[in-house]
Amino acid sequence: MNRPLRSNEELVLSRRTFLISSAAATAVFSFAPPASAANFLPLPDPFKAEGGPLFEPTIWFSIDANGITSINIAKAEMGQHIGTALARILADELEADWSQVRLVGVDTDPKWGPMITGGSTSVWSTYPVFSQAGAAGRMTLIEEGAKLLGVSPQSCVARQGRVESDGRSIGYGEIVRRGDLSRRFNADDLKNLTTKTPDKRTLIGKPTRALDIPPKTKGQAVYGIDAEVEGMLFARPKLPPTRYGSKVLAIDDTAARKVKGYVRSIALDDPSGTVPGWVMVIAESYPAAVKATDMVQVSWRNDETAHVSDKDLQAHATMLIADPAAGAVLNTGGGDVDAAFGQAKSSIEATYTTAGVLHFQLEPVNAMAFERDGVMEIHTGNQAQSFILPVLSKALALPPEKIVMRSYLIGGGFGRRLNGDYSVPAALAAKALQRPVKMILTRADDSVLDSIRSPTVQTLRIGFDADQNPVAMDHAAVAGWPTKAMVPIGLVKGTNGALYDPFSIAGADHWYDMGITRVRAINNDLAQKSFRPGWLRAVAPGWTNWALESFIDEAAHKIGQDPLAFRLARFTSRGINAGSAPNAVGGAHRQANVLRRVAERAGWGRKLPANSGLGLGTSFGQDREMPTWCACAAEVEVDRKTGVVSVRKLWLDIDAGSIIDPDGARAQAEGAMLWGLSMALYEGTDFANGKVRDTNLDTYTPVRISDVPEFDIAFVDSTEVPMGLGEPPTTVVAPAIGNAIFAATGIRLRRLPIRPSDVLDAIAHT
Amino acid sequence: MPTNFRINGRFVSVGEDTDTPLLWVIRDELGLKGTKFGCGIGMCGACTVHVGGRPTRSCITPISAVDGAEITTIEGLHPEGDHPVQQAWRDLQVPQCGYCQSGQIMQAVTLLKDFPTPTDADIDAVMAGNLCRCMTYPRIRAAIKAAAARSVGQVNHE
Repeated sequence: MNRPLRSNEELVLSRRTFLISSAAATAVFSFAPPASAANFLPLPDPFKAEGGPLFEPTIWFSIDANGITSINIAKAEMGQHIGTALARILADELEADWSQVRLVGVDTDPKWGPMITGGSTSVWSTYPVFSQAGAAGRMTLIEEGAKLLGVSPQSCVARQGRVESDGRSIGYGEIVRRGDLSRRFNADDLKNLTTKTPDKRTLIGKPTRALDIPPKTKGQAVYGIDAEVEGMLFARPKLPPTRYGSKVLAIDDTAARKVKGYVRSIALDDPSGTVPGWVMVIAESYPAAVKATDMVQVSWRNDETAHVSDKDLQAHATMLIADPAAGAVLNTGGGDVDAAFGQAKSSIEATYTTAGVLHFQLEPVNAMAFERDGVMEIHTGNQAQSFILPVLSKALALPPEKIVMRSYLIGGGFGRRLNGDYSVPAALAAKALQRPVKMILTRADDSVLDSIRSPTVQTLRIGFDADQNPVAMDHAAVAGWPTKAMVPIGLVKGTNGALYDPFSIAGADHWYDMGITRVRAINNDLAQKSFRPGWLRAVAPGWTNWALESFIDEAAHKIGQDPLAFRLARFTSRGINAGSAPNAVGGAHRQANVLRRVAERAGWGRKLPANSGLGLGTSFGQDREMPTWCACAAEVEVDRKTGVVSVRKLWLDIDAGSIIDPDGARAQAEGAMLWGLSMALYEGTDFANGKVRDTNLDTYTPVRISDVPEFDIAFVDSTEVPMGLGEPPTTVVAPAIGNAIFAATGIRLRRLPIRPSDVLDAIAHT
Repeated sequence: MPTNFRINGRFVSVGEDTDTPLLWVIRDELGLKGTKFGCGIGMCGACTVHVGGRPTRSCITPISAVDGAEITTIEGLHPEGDHPVQQAWRDLQVPQCGYCQSGQIMQAVTLLKDFPTPTDADIDAVMAGNLCRCMTYPRIRAAIKAAAARSVGQVNHE
């Protein structure tokens, strides 16, 4: 997911003879047509021919004769206001008039390159592409505008959608109408394009209004669940007892036939193996499908995973972690770590575990599918069309060009919709019935099908020399691997030749100088069989960093050092931690900087009342290739009688390089921080009988408004390359809270979530 | 027997089974998609509408319970979507994914009727039943206070 978009494709500047249909007077997020069965078909074609010239120097944007700039957004909009941020990058470089900018959500087409929205990479990976595209447009408009003004291009500047020279100016729309915009750029031309220096930015970093927000306050925003088409049937799946190994033996729908509107039940035949053992219950309305599904009796033959519990998963992980040959070893700079531990004078070791976590995105997964002119259309919000299209192709026995996915707003992604499994059964049902089918999962169905954040087990060790300097570190992590389940081509080879999922170990490859370091990623193959592990907000660093930062705290206390001073001394920025341009200029020193800043703001070292404590956590976000430097301080109070941990305040410091949309960035940081809190104290589900135990809000309890503590978020002023923001702040909250609990009480908690009962148990054992 | 009620000022008569949840009638029979399906057990608040001016979880309300009632959905709150609460939601850029926000707004509107100048404790008590998975809670709180300030001296549109 870290692969940037195509950045060196040839740009062709050509005259086009059609106009984007953009009648809207104000900026509209045009992901999908209004959800009204009456006017849903035919879908409006964004490139509807209406005559008139169009300047379209790249696939990413066009300017029409009225000066309307339409920017194509191939990223999923799921609350990050990504369309606004990406358009600001392009419009800044283009010197477009922001009030004339429109966003266009696109459907699947190979020309967009990989369609994946995840890993907090959208801004970072799109920034170079959109900057160059904007620059190409600006340069061409200046050249052509200069000709029309009868002046030299050197005398011209572009500003707010106009080319100006010596008091005269011409608008972009007029240049499009009158100019010759046929200049071609080859890859070398593009490379030689000069993009703006940070001091010339006009939109990046300036306050703005997210374009997707107004319809969301009026009930007008259109999500996948709102899609409708004439004549469609509704479906709810009857889910099999296990994720993979179930086979339908018989279906008895005698009782369901009494439900008004019930149509039939069909066992899906899925050559892709995505939804084995699924029965789709079809009805004329969704409530009828819900009711009928409860009445349909299905008997299955299922595999042994029907009995798997949390205990089994953990026991299996513990066995794997004890085997030194298990797993893949990451490249962390080399050296003989076993020899280094052999020479160490003392060492510390601890094991950390985390429970499974549900995505619980509020819009349950759904998809509408129908065949039109030999093409299977799938209408659904999705974060990774590029992952699921090949699977759909196999499932439907259709070539990829005969499948199109239409984009919709997503009612919460958090990684759930990187896994497009839910699109397969809708398409298979539509194919089988030769009718449009809209499938919606109930909440409980959604939780059972969820590709949860895997339960994990991690063991960490640090060896010290006679002077109590760390000389060796070992970190082994066992989990179910999403990449192995969904895009095995994305697995990476370790130094020992074994493959690993980078999204299931990132974070353990930290920027601390701990001497010779080994990081080992181990797949829990029992987890892999029992459920479909998923990418969930902050992915691996959501749990690797919990273990790492808790353990760093333990190590500091073991040798009698202040946890802040111990950390700062390890951020040497030497060797592989020096960092490099463009993404990691400054290296570990930037992590030290946010940590120092947050500690200062939180008043590190100040005296606190009894049973209260301050704790720290820091991270580099999601990936060493895209470091978003984060640090958190948490102040907690622990009630020794009830075990309740009250978070009094959270301080957060973030260095994400250049910030594109300041308020959007802050919103992401707020959400990520509260996700971190939620997963530390409020969420988590056990696995029992091959399924998650908690399937709805009666027992699954994410943070509510009344749980939100006081907080204070600060960003580092920076003009460095922009990094991702949606996930990184999540990673630092749980360890800061755990370390604060230790500071308050002296108890060390090594399992997430931290429940009052865990606190009471730990108190009882001290 | 059809079920009759008024919704956003319009009289409607629907022939669905009387145990059909109001939510699906609103969404699929009446085509008002602004009201959302989240948990189906009345615990997330995404489906909140006003029945007789009171916030009601439409996913667990059978249509038999609203026969003769006056219902308002997000679409009917204000003809231009400019209810003070909606304006405050935009001013403070509250929504992220937006999926829960119709329900949040509907809940907040009744909160402000009951508590025109709500305290943090009032907001906690009334809004804790509305889940926001994007965790826009700090902005929801701020927007409620802004709308309260804005509403002073104004006529409530509903």
